[in-house]
This record gives sequence, structure tokens and C-alpha cells, in this order.
Amino acid sequence: MDYGTFYIILACAFGLFMAWGVGANDVANAMGTSIGSGAVTIKQAILIAAVFEFSGAFLAGGQVTATIRKGIIDAQLASGSPEILIWGMLASLLAAAVWLLVATRLGWPVSTTHSIVGAIVGFAVIALGFDAVKWNKVGSIAASWVVSPVMAGTIAFALFVSVQKLILNASNPLLNAKRYVPFYMFLVGFILALVTMFKGLKHVGINLSTAQSYSIAAAIGVLVMLVGIAYIRRLKFDPSEDRDFHFANVEKVFGILMIATACAMAFAHGSNDVANAIGPLAAVVGIVEHGGQVAQKSALPIWILLLGGTGIIVGLLTYGHKVIATVGTGITQLTPSRGFSATLAAATTVVLASGTGLPISTTHTLVGAVLGVGLARGIAALNLNVVKTIFLSWIITLPAGALLSILFFLILRAIFSTT
Amino acid sequence: MPPNMISSLFGRSPVKPLQNHMAAAHKCISQLIPFFDAVFENDWDKVAKLQKEISKLENEADELKRELRLHLPNSLLMPVSRRDLLEVLSMQDKIANKAKDIAGLITGRKMAFPEQIAPLLKEYVQRSVDASEQAGVAINEFDELVETGFSGREVKLVESMIEKLDEIESDNDRIQVQVRAEMFKLEKELPPIDVIFMYKIIDWIGELADRAQRVGSRMELMLAR
Repeated sequence: MDYGTFYIILACAFGLFMAWGVGANDVANAMGTSIGSGAVTIKQAILIAAVFEFSGAFLAGGQVTATIRKGIIDAQLASGSPEILIWGMLASLLAAAVWLLVATRLGWPVSTTHSIVGAIVGFAVIALGFDAVKWNKVGSIAASWVVSPVMAGTIAFALFVSVQKLILNASNPLLNAKRYVPFYMFLVGFILALVTMFKGLKHVGINLSTAQSYSIAAAIGVLVMLVGIAYIRRLKFDPSEDRDFHFANVEKVFGILMIATACAMAFAHGSNDVANAIGPLAAVVGIVEHGGQVAQKSALPIWILLLGGTGIIVGLLTYGHKVIATVGTGITQLTPSRGFSATLAAATTVVLASGTGLPISTTHTLVGAVLGVGLARGIAALNLNVVKTIFLSWIITLPAGALLSILFFLILRAIFSTT
Repeated sequence: MPPNMISSLFGRSPVKPLQNHMAAAHKCISQLIPFFDAVFENDWDKVAKLQKEISKLENEADELKRELRLHLPNSLLMPVSRRDLLEVLSMQDKIANKAKDIAGLITGRKMAFPEQIAPLLKEYVQRSVDASEQAGVAINEFDELVETGFSGREVKLVESMIEKLDEIESDNDRIQVQVRAEMFKLEKELPPIDVIFMYKIIDWIGELADRAQRVGSRMELMLAR
């Protein structure tokens, strides 16, 4: 390993670049429904995103990172020449980051997740052969890309129908909103905490029993609920606002709920998408630190998660806030009750996927969730062309990521293998 | 900034434009009340002025109609069917169109209705305007319907509004019968060609209420799904 330190520095640089890209572009999508519904201001959204993206990445990002790092390719095949794996991972990172940059500039629909998976599969097939790819794992990842929007859509549909039944159709919607919204808040805290504790916390060194996890999650849920109730109490309701639109005050209550949901979404996004940047980085670091051994057992160093989280925040603060403003103001017809249903459904799906170690696209999941609310007749007009865009992104991004990573891999090999 | 997947997911809502169009159509037809006042006062300058006004308002409604149609691509997923929405729009538009036709014909022929039917005819016009107003009330609930996802109490509320619209329309029918009976008594003393057109105007005023009612029944179709 002549270039060990150099490889790590290079991987850190590429990983940061990628994390920056995630923060700059993807976070805006994750926060779009929250700002669009008018429940949080852009400043609040950036603050929420900064705190919860980071905690999501740090606390629950380990599982997906493990998948990207060692779940897609069978590293044993490369045990003779660990450099191949290092070059490959470097190439994949660079390919995905460059592709994201180019595609975003051109306005093409891309997903960070799809680019990195495409890139890793691409280099593995060329460098290690067709059999080096764990095709059944890749298959399940690809399946999750279809399943996750559908699942988010179904949950969003169910959530919205429950909101309809319990609150909007009641004889006194405002009273029922004050009564039931705290329970939804409990749900937000509970689900998020539970999934995180079941799957995420192992790498931080905390091991909890099932009963412990449930009770702590319930406690967090109650905590969120109490904070929510306090905020709802502080709301001022103005009956005159209901004259033109009868649900103006009800939506105010949902606005409070939406803040909790926005936090959940940022957390979920951080937990899933940080892996796209740091998975390959972790792989490189693992190999170098074990002196060229293709170690499959080593734990994920915490500083890598920190690095990823930081990269996302930097991306968000340097560029992402602009995108957030654009996306948020583009969505004007989303009310907090809709925003809540869609965002919580998406956050739940994404956190579940993170816990299972599946890298999915947060954006696509959110689109699925919004469509679910639309199918419950909750949104005045949805543009179905976006569904076409999603299919396009699958078709474009996977091969593009693969081809670019092959290219970079060949270049890296040409540079480093001479010595 | 390139187009973003999440923000491009949301199409332009047809609700507000539809409500605006109904408001424009109603504004147009409600001018018929001062218009008929002027007709019975034999103030033909004022009649001509009001006819221009009605025509202008009808054009404005047309403009709103075109706007809305242009923003309804096939790829939109809406809580109501595209067809029902366009039918409501077209019915609303026909209210304004008919008002314009009525004003145009009366102005063009300087039609002097017999003094005896003035109160009845004015009431008849008023009822048609009432029907259009009630259709507007129902259409104004559209955003609340979307908010509740077309279910529950809001649906019942709109249904009762549409019921009231139906009542106004049948009241209008009842007055139409009276107006015709009155005309029948007077028609022999009037120039025959004028009488033909007077009956035509009476028909058209009734059609105003019919069309307002159709706006309501199309809305009912949207509720039933």
C-alpha cells in the first residue's frame, strides 16, 4: 500500500464533494413539502435540516453505508489486489458526484442514490467481472426503488384518510384538530426513534433490548407530543380568517405538526443519503487501514459519519439554501394537512429503508407520498409527468453512473498501477 | 435553476380560476337587472351603454375560460374528473353568453315590452340572476371540498346548496309560465314580429336559470365518486 494515506485523502475529498452535492440538491427536495405548505419558513427549514440531517446521518446512517460499502460487490474476489477495490470506490464516488453536478446543471432528473449504485455496479463488472456483483442484493435494491414510492403513497393515503375522518369531516374540525394532532406528533417521534434504535445505534456503541427500545421510543414520542401541545396552546385562532376559507385555523394546528414532520424528514433523509457519499469512503478507509486486507468485518469509524454529516451541512449552507427557497416557493397549493400526510409517509418509508440498509431515493419516495394524498382527492392538481421523469431518471442515471465510473476507474488504474 | 422534481409535481390548481370565472359570469348576468330597468324606462341610451358593459364582461369571462382550459393538460391528476370540470366551466360560460345575447337582441331591436308585464318580467329576470348567484355560492365551496377531500359534512353542505339552486330554478319555471300567460293576453295588440322575439327573450331568460342549475348538477356529479 504505497499510496495508503494518499488514497484516504483522495477518498475524503471525493466523499466530501459528494456529501456537498447531497446537501446542495437533495436536501431541498426533502424539505420542499414542508416549506411549500407554509408551515416552516425557509430559515427554519435550513435550521431544521442542518440539525436533523446531521443527526440522521450520524445516528441512523450506518446501515445503508454498510450496504454501499460492502453489500453490492463481493469483495473477496478482489482480495488479491485490494487496489482495484480502492480505485473502483474512488472512481464511483467521483463518477456519481460529477454526474450529479452535470445533470443538475442541465436540469435532468437524477438521484444521488441511483448514481452511486450504478457507478459501483459499473466498475465492479469491468474490474472484477460479472460475478463480482451481488446481483440478488442489487436486485433487492432496485426493487426497493419501486416499492418505496408505492409504500410511501399507501401510507400517505392512509394518513390523509385518517386526517379526513378524524378532523376535517368532524362537526368541529378545529376542536378535533387540537385533540388529535398531538397523537400524530406522538406517532412521528415514536416511529423515528424506534427505527433508529432498532437499526441505527449499534455503531455508536449503544445496544438496547427490544423492550428498552420500545419504551424509549414511546418516551420520545410523548416528549414530542408534549412540546407539540405546548405550541398548539400558544396558537392564536382568529375566527374571521375562516370566513373565506373555513379551514384556515385548522391548518394552523397542522402547521405545528408539520414542523415535527419536517424534522423527521430531514432525519430520514440524512440517515439514507449520507451513505451515498461515505459508503465508498468507508470502504477505502477500511481496506487501507487493514494494510490491504479486504476486511469485511471492520466496524464503521465514527469520524466518517461525522465527515458525511458535515459535508451535507456545508452543501446545504453554501448552495442548498437557494434550492430550498426555489423548491419551497414553487409549491403553493400544499396545505399543512397534506404536507404532513405526505412528508410523514415519506419519512417513515425512508427511515424503514435506512434501517433495512436499502439505499433508496428520498425524492422519489416523497413524490410517491404526494401522489398518495392526491389519490385520496386531497390535492387540486398534480402533474403526472413527474412519474415519467422518475422512470427516465432510472434509465438515464444508472448507465451514466456506470459508464463514468468505468472511465474514472481506468484512468485511476493507469495512473497508479505503473508503480 | 433547473426544474425540480418536487416542485414540478404540483400543477396549477383549477379551483381558483374556476371560481373566478363563475364570479365573472355572474357579474355579467347581474347587469341584466339594471338593463331591464332601463328598457322599461325607455332610456335607450342607458340600454345601449349597459349592453356594451354586458358584452365587455362576457369577454372577460371568455378570457378566464381560455386561461383555465390552457392549464388543464391531460397529465394532471385532479380530485375531480377533467370532463366534469370542463363541463362546469362551459355551463358557467354559457350563462354569460346568454346574458349577452339577451342584451344584444333587445338593444338591436329596441324592444319595447308592454308596460303591464314589467313587474312580472323583472321578477323573472331577478330569479334567473338568483339562480346564477346560488350556483356561485356552491362553486365557492370548491376549495373547501378539495380541503376535505370531497367527503363528509362539506359534501352535505354543498348538496344542500345545490338543492336550493334547484328550488330557485323551479320557481323561475313557475314565473315563466305566468309571464307567458300574461304575454298571451297582450299579444294580439302588439306587432306580431315583435311578439315572436319577445317570446324568444322569455325563453332565453329561462335558459339562464337552466344553465345555472346545470352548473349545480355537474358539481353533484363531482361529489358522487
